[in-house]
Amino acid sequence: MAKTLKINTAWCKGCGICAEFCPPKVLDIVREKVVLKDMDKCTKCALCELRCPDFAIYVETEEVAG
Amino acid sequence: MADIMASNLIRQTFRTDKLPHIWCQGCGHGVLMRAAAQAILNVGFDPDKVCIVSGIGCSSRAPGYMNYNTLHTTHGRAIAFATGVKLAKPELHVIVMTGDGDAAAIGGNHFIHAARRNIGITTIVFNNSIYGMTGGQYSPTTPMYDTATTAPYGNIEQTFDLCKLADASGASYVARTTAYHVPQAIKIFEKALLNKGFSVVDAISGCPTYYGRKNKKGNAVQMMKWMKDNSIDFKTAEKMTADEIKDKIITGEYKNAPAPEYCEIYQKEVIDKVLKGDAI
Repeated sequence: MAKTLKINTAWCKGCGICAEFCPPKVLDIVREKVVLKDMDKCTKCALCELRCPDFAIYVETEEVAG
Repeated sequence: MADIMASNLIRQTFRTDKLPHIWCQGCGHGVLMRAAAQAILNVGFDPDKVCIVSGIGCSSRAPGYMNYNTLHTTHGRAIAFATGVKLAKPELHVIVMTGDGDAAAIGGNHFIHAARRNIGITTIVFNNSIYGMTGGQYSPTTPMYDTATTAPYGNIEQTFDLCKLADASGASYVARTTAYHVPQAIKIFEKALLNKGFSVVDAISGCPTYYGRKNKKGNAVQMMKWMKDNSIDFKTAEKMTADEIKDKIITGEYKNAPAPEYCEIYQKEVIDKVLKGDAI
């Protein structure tokens, strides 16, 4: 099971709620859009997904073969 | 659908071709709408048996985005339309998504009488303390002395406590949550959905555009922090003085008292008797 953080910039309105409440502080707002500034420190807790008013950020779980 | 970048929940429960939604940057409504969709999925309702009804206002845009049977009605009348839907098809899970103006001002009468009947409708009030869509007029839940475009010197009217109003009117499940407390909101929505009678959730949302700006509560992030820092649960509030709980958002379950549901009583006490030909 591999988890990845996905960002749909077309839906992001840059409110900054995800970045503010991100526990390891790995998100930032650049030119009114969210960016993942430190992929290694992201714990995939998905609190950003719960809090995003625009459904623009989420954690996807993919089945890994083998 | 594969080319749309969205989580499984959003793909499953939303009309993704209607997204992004029209709500402002940082509006709490999006958070609450997602939490409601998650709760509907968690309780395992058949999507074909879910009917979401709204009135007019920012909140009432929600059903347009949600992929269920949906009804966008006239101002304040969401609960009236929902009552009709529920009586005609009692097997449906009828959910009203409404705002503070829609539910407590123009629709106030429908709200209290639906509660009095304990009809099987789950009402989620997206309470942002303001009429957002029409330009920031004060509503029945605008805190006293706060400002609005129609109250430039401050609102001199008392505030409706929607939990107390719903309880006193007869609703069988009453709770309050906020757009900050998302896990709590999902749990409360689930319980409200599973209650057979009339459920009311006063879901505190943030309107950074009008309420926040007019009252110097800052941007979306600051409004979320304000919800985080100023919320206490009902049990803690019981032990506090009136002064201490002033200006606090009191969250959690206010009432959970299952009672006979209106459509069931109607079936048993009216329809069955009529069909049997019982004389009056």
